[in-house]
Amino acid sequence: MIHVLLVPRGWIIICSFLVGLLLTVMPLPDWLVAARPEWLAMFVIYWTLALPTLVGITTAWCLGLLLDVLRDGLLGQHALTFVMISFLCIRFHQRIRLYPLQQQAFIVLILILLEQLVLLWINGFSGQPPTNWVYWLPAFTSALLWPFFFIIMREIGGRVRSH
Amino acid sequence: MIKLVVFSLVSIILMTVDHRLNLLDPVKNTLSYLIYPIEYVSDLPRQTATGVSTTFATRRHLQEELARLQEERLILEAKLQRLATVEGENMRLRALLQSAPRVSEKLIIGEILAVDLAPFSRRIVVDKGTNHNIYLGQPVINAEGVIGQTVEVGAMSSKVMLITDPSHGVPVRVNRNGLRAVVIGRGRGNQLAIPNLPNNADIEEGDLLVTSGLGGRFPSDYPVATVTEIVNDPGEPFAIIRAEPTAGLEESREVLMVWPSLPVFDFSETETTETAVETTEASP
Repeated sequence: MIHVLLVPRGWIIICSFLVGLLLTVMPLPDWLVAARPEWLAMFVIYWTLALPTLVGITTAWCLGLLLDVLRDGLLGQHALTFVMISFLCIRFHQRIRLYPLQQQAFIVLILILLEQLVLLWINGFSGQPPTNWVYWLPAFTSALLWPFFFIIMREIGGRVRSH
Repeated sequence: MIKLVVFSLVSIILMTVDHRLNLLDPVKNTLSYLIYPIEYVSDLPRQTATGVSTTFATRRHLQEELARLQEERLILEAKLQRLATVEGENMRLRALLQSAPRVSEKLIIGEILAVDLAPFSRRIVVDKGTNHNIYLGQPVINAEGVIGQTVEVGAMSSKVMLITDPSHGVPVRVNRNGLRAVVIGRGRGNQLAIPNLPNNADIEEGDLLVTSGLGGRFPSDYPVATVTEIVNDPGEPFAIIRAEPTAGLEESREVLMVWPSLPVFDFSETETTETAVETTEASP
């Protein structure tokens, strides 16, 4: 892991966000599409927990805006939800960091359900409400994947509490 | 805390402006430059797979394909000979009817990028944008029929709404008798519907629906769908009509972006001639 640590942390963060954007639009088999985790939201949660002074609300907002252009939808909807997620993460980062992984996964579930609820409202206002319960699936898959995701990211990005 | 409030407000303002007005298109266009590399990389695995399979295709396989294509070309050319005469005849008849002549359209080929948008949207991403003079609302077709129209145009790629999207409608006419209707998407599966046609409308299962050119967005006479099911419920004012797109919306990889060259209409005149033709055809 030493060669990874030699790379400046800023680049690791930027690359991880690029990977997150890529994972969000990468083609998946049809039966998996509905279960695609909210990758970018997971990356935002990870980095705001790990380095709250470096990755903050501003970064989250910019990423949300990029995601809005990448997927289609109203400009600003993901920006808004990411601002909310990052705010909550930064506010409670010291507490959440200490939780065991399962409990963190539960927090992730709540955060992403919250995100989807807000998106549901926004889409309801703009006249395209999803009509299927499958809409909520990404929150659960994100939470399920969170422990593995967290461990991998910690390996790549250095220790969380090193800051 | 202040940041939270400020950024939330900015987001809400952005959403409102984006929803109500079209002021944000330049912003989206600029951001699309940042996004294109991601779309491109997302498409890379598929591109390499195609590249590899072409490189390692066997000689026999290529020869077979060449033979098949030559055969196909022969048949198409034979059909084209007839088309030339028919087109000439059509022009003359149109001149007799004093209606505007049809002009052929300009096309470019776009390739669908392997990019997944939101799970329930019926939209695709095509690798052509404003750099190729693509405009908003441009019709998109393939060899078998109409696919949809562009709804968001970036610099190097654009998003196309499929005709099966619930907020999409195409003005069509029944090829058999010229009956006009609007085909809307149903948003699930490969299905279309025709609302607001009365129970006694002259439409049958298997009827081909082609674009009527009314509405001025889609060029006329491209196939859109075939009627698959008609339910006449006497209690309902309108028949329930389902149709299926002729173009394989899910399968196609390449699409054609069309610049319809709409002739300058004198609308009052064409309207009357069209209805006249319709009544004479419908009467026997």
